[in-house]
Amino acid sequence: MDFVVIQSLNGLATASTLFLVASGLSIIFGVTRVVNFAHGSFYMLGAYIAYTLVSRLGGSVAGFWGSIALAAAAVASLGAAMETTLLRRVYKAPELLQLLATFGVVLIVQDLVLVIWGPSDLLGPRAPGLAGAVNILGQPFPQYALFLILFGPLVYAGLWLLFHRTRWGTLVRAATQDREMVAALGVNQAWLFTSVFTLGAALAGMGGALQLPLVAVNHTMDLQSIVEAFVVVVIGGFGSVTGALLAAVIIGELNAFGIVIFPDLTLVLTFVAMAIILVVRPWGLLGKPEAAVRGGAGSIELPMRPLAPRLRLFALGVGLVLLALPLVLGNYGLSVASEVLIFALFAVSLHFIMGTGGMISFGHAAYFGLGAYGAALLMKYLMFPMLGGILFAPVVAGLGALVFGWFCVRLSGVYLAMLTLAFAQITYAIVFQWYGFTGGDNGLIGIWPAAWASSATAYYYLCLALCGGAALLLRRIAFAPFGYTLRACRDSGLRADAIGIDLATHRWLGFALGGAFAGIAGALYAFLKGSVFPDTISISTSIDGLVMVLLGGIQTLVGPIVGAATYKTLHVTMSSYTNQWQAVLGVIIIVLVIAFPEGIMGRFARTAEARTARAGDAAP
Amino acid sequence: MLEVSGLNSFYGRAHILSDVALSAAAGEVVALIGRNGAGKSTTLKSLVGLVADRRGRIVFSGRDISRLSVHEIVRLGLGYVPEDRRIFTELTVEENLDVGTQAPRSGVPHWTRARLFELFPNLAEMRRRPAGRMSGGEQQMLTIARSLMGNPALIMLDEPSEGLAPRIVEDMGRAILAMKGEGLSVLISEQNLHFAKMISDRAYIIEKGRIRFDGTMQALAADEAVRDAYLAV
Repeated sequence: MDFVVIQSLNGLATASTLFLVASGLSIIFGVTRVVNFAHGSFYMLGAYIAYTLVSRLGGSVAGFWGSIALAAAAVASLGAAMETTLLRRVYKAPELLQLLATFGVVLIVQDLVLVIWGPSDLLGPRAPGLAGAVNILGQPFPQYALFLILFGPLVYAGLWLLFHRTRWGTLVRAATQDREMVAALGVNQAWLFTSVFTLGAALAGMGGALQLPLVAVNHTMDLQSIVEAFVVVVIGGFGSVTGALLAAVIIGELNAFGIVIFPDLTLVLTFVAMAIILVVRPWGLLGKPEAAVRGGAGSIELPMRPLAPRLRLFALGVGLVLLALPLVLGNYGLSVASEVLIFALFAVSLHFIMGTGGMISFGHAAYFGLGAYGAALLMKYLMFPMLGGILFAPVVAGLGALVFGWFCVRLSGVYLAMLTLAFAQITYAIVFQWYGFTGGDNGLIGIWPAAWASSATAYYYLCLALCGGAALLLRRIAFAPFGYTLRACRDSGLRADAIGIDLATHRWLGFALGGAFAGIAGALYAFLKGSVFPDTISISTSIDGLVMVLLGGIQTLVGPIVGAATYKTLHVTMSSYTNQWQAVLGVIIIVLVIAFPEGIMGRFARTAEARTARAGDAAP
Repeated sequence: MLEVSGLNSFYGRAHILSDVALSAAAGEVVALIGRNGAGKSTTLKSLVGLVADRRGRIVFSGRDISRLSVHEIVRLGLGYVPEDRRIFTELTVEENLDVGTQAPRSGVPHWTRARLFELFPNLAEMRRRPAGRMSGGEQQMLTIARSLMGNPALIMLDEPSEGLAPRIVEDMGRAILAMKGEGLSVLISEQNLHFAKMISDRAYIIEKGRIRFDGTMQALAADEAVRDAYLAV
């Protein structure tokens, strides 16, 4: 009994921090409709800035609490700066590109933190006055955790009063429902957005700063906290502060008890809970269906077209250049080229789900990883030859996508994205924690290609043949009746439904197909590297895929290939010039999003479209 | 009060309005009449700045507003009530009014909650009720009251009688005439000729994005040919 009480108190203390971060994220999304990936970076910056301030101001009561408050204020002003300089330029861009822009900020902050504070973990002081423990049922319980348990609800009460007792709060709630109408009543949206973003950043910064006495400040806090915050917000319902509180308590308690009962499965537990809740309540506990949102960036998508003859010729030229590449490139160059090809297929398969199928996936790495691990495990345990592994990889990945997809395709928009992320994290957690079978974070090594494919040139041609063939096949499917149906489901679910199309089944099969093709890429990747590690399934692989697709432009089928080539080439070139390549990449991503809100190829497509339109007008 | 000329609006490449010209004087009720899809809503949305791609001259209270953003236009005293009401269903009646509140403006009627509750007595009885739990007619009254809280000099109502029971339509007509009585200019878009006749001084007929008739309500009532050509279904 004592144990249950203590553990549930521990859970509540965790819940308070989760709530601080998640409520900020939720409020920001509610009003601006931006899913702010950089929210975890705000959290991390809060912790680092508080660390520096405490070491300057000292660990006295005034010094410590003053540092926490100042850190929150500093992060708030960084948030305001980010909103006014970056987000204002991209509010009109499609939702996903906004996300990409905020991810650019994540990359920049990661490198900045490394440069300013260095790579090692930093230990902050205990909270003065709260450093001891109190006796609860005969067990010592840290005072600081008790403080956190009280602080969370206090912040909730403060937010409630702010939202229900001030005109600003009324405006925020109104804008959460219909921001265009709020503008049509004379409210300056720009000001409202900035203030909301600043508040959200302050909450995240405070959440991070308050971690100082609990954990060592480190540079992985950002992605870790953003994923947790996403889970909480998705479970609670985007835009709902009360939902965030509820969900934070659920996740906090689940962690507190899960770590005791299933110590190996804590990561899985959280995401299983999220998956179950989303299947029962697709918009979270207190969320509202997304479709009702108004005043968003409603861009009219150009239909996908088969390539114009001139472009076909160009594609043929590119194909010839790729064939001739081994004549010019050495072994290193060829292995880079093979990697580009593999990621191009990965991006094309993700694009099939997102562009053709209209389903945003944040967890495509799951299928890449299933393919990679599938091929590697078959080789390791059943002595499969390389080609057998590559052949079976899409089956493994496709089966995984069938199972996960069954849940995912029932949702839409951000919730769908989050559920795909959840499944990817579950896969990651299983692979990471199942040492006996997958080798855990030691990975699987010695996954080399067959003798005939072991030279860089041979493996390059294998990649070119398989990736090129797979990409052409996916392209063919996009222009087959199945592809048309998928696009119909994407563009107007209601109408597709009304003409008798089984939406869920088509989306489900489309999702699984995309997953299967990612599996091929995964298997090729495993044999290219000679090894597989859990990071093939990590969030950053999923995000790499997203960046490639969005960079290339989601409306064209060539986009993902151009995006993958651009991204991978930038990545490889820059990491050989500078240690801060992530930051440079972040800046490039942001610049590209601002300059090409439709993606690189999307921009070309629109220019071409305008040219044809003008020509059509001129010659009636 | 409002002078519009050469207004052209586009949704993407679709050309919706062609050279629309209209005007409204102080204290005048003007009706923009046309069939479904004729361009009535687009005209009102263009005037308040909700259509991004609009070209032409829009002068309101002596200022060219054709390049201003929505909130700037509304703050100059041009109120807008959308066709589909768009009340904030989660907010109470009073909170909906708060969202619309702007500072008083000299030379135009100043509205307070109390005065609006006189004009729309139904709303007074449900001030704390979430607006989502009101009838369609009550929501329509609320959306007008909400825009009046901004103390507009001219209020644009997009099809205010649409979907309302006949008795509520009469209430609506009385409310509009009361606003006119306060010295407000009113620009309404309507399909319902009968309702327009009841309240308007002048009328424009719009069809396929062009103004086809411009005259007093009496002139329109007398002109059977125009009515047959542009309004008969």
